[in-house]
Amino acid sequence: MRLKGAQIFFECLKKEGVEVVFGFPGGAVIDIYHEFPKHDIRHILVRHEQGAAHMADGYARATGRVGVCLVTSGPGATNTVTGIATAYMDSVPMVIFTGQVPTALIGNDAFQEVDIVGITRPCTKHNYLVKDVNDLARVIKEAFYLARTGRPGPVLIDLPKDVVQATTEFRYPKQIELTGYRPTVEAHMGQVKRAVQMLRKCKKPVIYAGGGVIAAEASEELTKFARLVKAPVTTTLMGLGGFPAVEENPEGKKDLHPQWLGMLGMHGTFRANMAVSNADLLFAVGARFDDRVTGKISGFAPHAKIIHIDVDPTSISKNVMVDIPIVGDCKNALQRFVQAFEEEPIENLDELRAPWFKEIRKWKETHPLAYKQEGEIIKPQFVIEKMYEICHGDAIVTTEVGQNQMWAAQYFHFERPREFISSGGLGTMGYGLPAAIGAQVAFPDRLVIDIAGDGSIQMNIQEVITAVCNGLPVKVAILNNRFLGMVRQWQELFYEKNYCATCLDAAPDFVKIAEAYGAVGLRATRPDEVEPVIREAFAIKKPVLMDFVVAAEEGVYPMVPAGKDISEMLLV
Amino acid sequence: MENNNKVQKHTIGVLVENQPGVLSRVAGLFSGRGFNIESLAVAVTNEPGLSRITLVTTGDQHILEQIIKQLNKLINVIKVFDFRETEFVDREMILIKVRAEEQTRAEILRIVDIFRAKVVDVSPHFYTLLITGDDPKISAILELLEQIGITEIARTGKVALARSKKH
Repeated sequence: MRLKGAQIFFECLKKEGVEVVFGFPGGAVIDIYHEFPKHDIRHILVRHEQGAAHMADGYARATGRVGVCLVTSGPGATNTVTGIATAYMDSVPMVIFTGQVPTALIGNDAFQEVDIVGITRPCTKHNYLVKDVNDLARVIKEAFYLARTGRPGPVLIDLPKDVVQATTEFRYPKQIELTGYRPTVEAHMGQVKRAVQMLRKCKKPVIYAGGGVIAAEASEELTKFARLVKAPVTTTLMGLGGFPAVEENPEGKKDLHPQWLGMLGMHGTFRANMAVSNADLLFAVGARFDDRVTGKISGFAPHAKIIHIDVDPTSISKNVMVDIPIVGDCKNALQRFVQAFEEEPIENLDELRAPWFKEIRKWKETHPLAYKQEGEIIKPQFVIEKMYEICHGDAIVTTEVGQNQMWAAQYFHFERPREFISSGGLGTMGYGLPAAIGAQVAFPDRLVIDIAGDGSIQMNIQEVITAVCNGLPVKVAILNNRFLGMVRQWQELFYEKNYCATCLDAAPDFVKIAEAYGAVGLRATRPDEVEPVIREAFAIKKPVLMDFVVAAEEGVYPMVPAGKDISEMLLV
Repeated sequence: MENNNKVQKHTIGVLVENQPGVLSRVAGLFSGRGFNIESLAVAVTNEPGLSRITLVTTGDQHILEQIIKQLNKLINVIKVFDFRETEFVDREMILIKVRAEEQTRAEILRIVDIFRAKVVDVSPHFYTLLITGDDPKISAILELLEQIGITEIARTGKVALARSKKH
C-alpha cells in the first residue's frame, strides 16, 4: 500500500491504539491536519501548545497509556518544551509530534524553524528527526515503545513538511530493533533473597514508595507486601495513591489506613519524617531520593539499611548510597517479595511490630496534620477536606504547583493509583488545568478536580475554553489567597517577610472569567458557603471555576527548611 | 571509602550508533550533569554503522559510576567500556610545531630519535613533529620541547582498547 507520510502517521497511530491527539495546527503540519477528518481519532484543539503537552501528560497519567500531541514547527514546538520537561521529570509516557520546515531548508533559519531535537535532547527520553519518509513508520513504532517501556518518558518526533508529503510503501514493522535499549525488568533473585533476609531481621522498617509503583501498576503488590511485612508506608508526592491512605472500618466509614504514614519530605507529615529518621530499614521502591524528599542527605534515614528497587539504574545510589540495589520493574520485584513472604511468613509479626507502631502512633497523636477553621475566613485546607468528604474520595485530582499542591497532597486521601496527578519533579505552574482536561478526556464520566491557586491557574487559564467547547466538565477549585503563596511563605520564614513580587492583589474576577468562557463561575467568601458551592459545582455537567477566597497568609506545615534534616520540621 | 572519594582520571570507551546527534547526546550528558570531559576522540569502527568514542573524564568513583550508568541509558549507546577493572592500552597522537633555529635543530632531532617521534614538516624556522604514546611519554617530550619553544600543538585525545585475555 503506497501512502503519503501524513497518511502513514495516522496508520501508525491506529496501530498503537491512539484514540486522542491533543494539538494545534500550523504551516508545517497542515498536511497532517488535512488528513485528520478521514480518521477515527479524536482531536482536541488547545489554545496554547503548552496546554497540549500537559493534556497529553494528564491523559497518560490517568490511563497509563501513551499521551500524544501534535504541534507545528518553531514556536509551536518550543511552546511544548515545558510540558515535555514536566513529563520527563515525572517519567510520563508521551509521544510529541512537531512539524519542521522542509528538509532542504533545515539549517537555513527558515520561517518558523527551530532545532527542536537539539532543544529537547536533555528533556526527552529520546528524540528523532525523520529525514526520509521510509523511516517514518519505524520511528513512530520505536517512539511508542520507548515511551512506555522501562522507565517511561516523553519521546519527540520532528517531521519535516516534505517528509509528510512524500509517498512510500507503508509497512508497519513487526519487531523493534534497538540494540542499545534493553531495560532490565526482572529483579535479580540473589539480591531479592538478601533483601528478604534483611527484612526478616529488621525491627523498624519503613516502606518509601514513589511514582514508579504507579507507573509499573504495582499498587496491589505493594499493598500486599506491606501487609506481609507489616511495615508502615510513606510515599512521595508522585507515589500518592500507590498505597491506600484510607480503608473502610466495620461501620462502612473510612479511617486512615493503620499502616499509612502520609507523604514524606519537605511538607511530609511529622510521623512519616520521624519514622524514616528512626527506621532501621528503609525499603525504597520506585522512588529516586529527590532533594525535596531527603532534605540534608546525611540526615536522611541515618539509622537505616536501605533496599532500593528501581527500573532505572541511574536512580540507584545517585543521591543516597544504598545497601541492596535491585534493578527491575517494581511490579516484578514486589511480586518476588510477596511470594517469599507468603511462602515463609515472618513469625509473631504483630508482636514484633507492636513497639514500632506504638512509637508511630505517638508521633501521629502529638503532631497530626492540623489547621484551625474558625471565624469568618475560609482556610484552604478546609476547602480540600470538604471536597474530599463530598465526593467520598471518588475523583481524579490534579493540582497546580505550590501551596495548593501540598495541601491537596496532605488533606485529600488517595486510595487508588492514577487519581492524583501533579507536576512533582519540575514543579510546573499551569499544569493542573490542562492535565485535568486530559484526564477528563480519558474518563468523561468521572469527577475531575483541579486544585489550583490564584497564581498558577492564570498560567494556562486559556484552556478553560478547550474544556467548554469539548464538553469536558472539569472542576477547578481556586484557593484564592491573593499571593504566590509558597514563595510568600518562604519570604515570611527565611527572607524577613519581604513580600517582593508575590502579592497578586491585582487579580481578575474568576467568576466573570468563567462566564466569559462559557463555563460556570462560583464564589465562596465565608466558611459556610464552601459546602454549598462544592455541591453545586459537582452537580453541574459543565466546567466550573470555584473561586474560594481563603486566608491570605496561611502556610503549609510541617515544613523542613531547605538543607535541614527531615526530622527538623517547622510545625504550625 | 577514602579511595572512593579520590578524584581521578578515567578513560571510558563508548560504542555508539553512527547517527547524527549522537555525539551531541554524549557531550550534552556531560555538560548537563556537570561531568568533565578532558578529551574526546570519535571515529567509525570496523562494524558498519558503529562509531567508537574514547573519552577521558575526571571524578570520584561515585561520579564515574553515574557517568557509566547515564551513558548506558542513552538509546544510541550500544556498549560502554569501563576500564576501571580491565587492563587496557591507550595512546594519543600529537602534532607539535616547535621553533627550530640553527642552534636547537640537533637537539630537537635527538629528542625525536629518543622518543621515536617523526619530523613531518620542515620550514626555515620550524619543525612539525608527530609523536604517539601514552600519557607519561607525551608529557615527557612536551616538557623537553617546551624549553626549546613550542608554538602550536594539536592532540587527538586518547584512544583506548581493552587488552585481550592472554590465554
